[in-house]
Amino acid sequence: MNKIVSLLCGIVFGIGLVISEMINPEKVLGFLNIFKDWDPSLAFVMIGALIVSTPVFHLFKNKKKPLFSSNFLISSNKELDKKLIIGSVFFGAGWGLIGLCPGPAITSLALLNMNSVFFVISMFAGFYIALKVN
Amino acid sequence: MNIVNFTPLSALFGGLLIGLSVALFFILNGRMIGISGIASNFLVSKDNRLENFLFLIGLILGPLIYSFTTNKEINISISNSLVLLVIAGILVGFGTRLSSGCTSGHGISGISRFSLRSIIATITFMIVGIITVLITGIL
Repeated sequence: MNKIVSLLCGIVFGIGLVISEMINPEKVLGFLNIFKDWDPSLAFVMIGALIVSTPVFHLFKNKKKPLFSSNFLISSNKELDKKLIIGSVFFGAGWGLIGLCPGPAITSLALLNMNSVFFVISMFAGFYIALKVN
Repeated sequence: MNIVNFTPLSALFGGLLIGLSVALFFILNGRMIGISGIASNFLVSKDNRLENFLFLIGLILGPLIYSFTTNKEINISISNSLVLLVIAGILVGFGTRLSSGCTSGHGISGISRFSLRSIIATITFMIVGIITVLITGIL
């Protein structure tokens, strides 16, 4: 059952990225372009997502177990370390260069755009390098 | 500063769907969605591999189902520079793994949990993204 949930949640997430247009790098770069021509849409995407996910998380986090799995897996990492900051700086730079982050990048593979494919292959190489370095 | 191309309603509606996906995945499967985590774990870890794979396949099916049911074409505008695409892809992959999260993992799931780590990460990658766009706009 949790396999079906994974597939369905992926589909709903992907459709959300299409409807909000976050799948379009131009739209994301417009959000980051606050000093010139600013498109505030991405902030509304985050608000829309958070008003659903925040109450649901806090209502269910103390339940014994999820419906289709044996236990909740919630990050316990509270450390504010260099890796968090340096990683976020690298990510922000890459995000600002092209306008793609991991979710929209993978979702955009559906469009068979070769530029998305190059980005995703490089992103997976980046994952691999980071895991090797650590 | 001028406000341009602002689409608050579709942004909010798309965001609600993303939030619904995060909420359901948590209640049913017990995990908070972070796409960089799901994708990189699929690459290197045997734990939940099929679950992670199916989620990624679902992401790709999303636009196909949307186009098929609404008959609308999805258009994106993306850089044509292979050098920039590769550099940015590596930066995004490396950075999100080093900081254990991306826009979904820190920006949505982490902030939902009121995680200070995620709030700091989100502010950091947004500021750096804004500076990067400012610099590339000048160059």
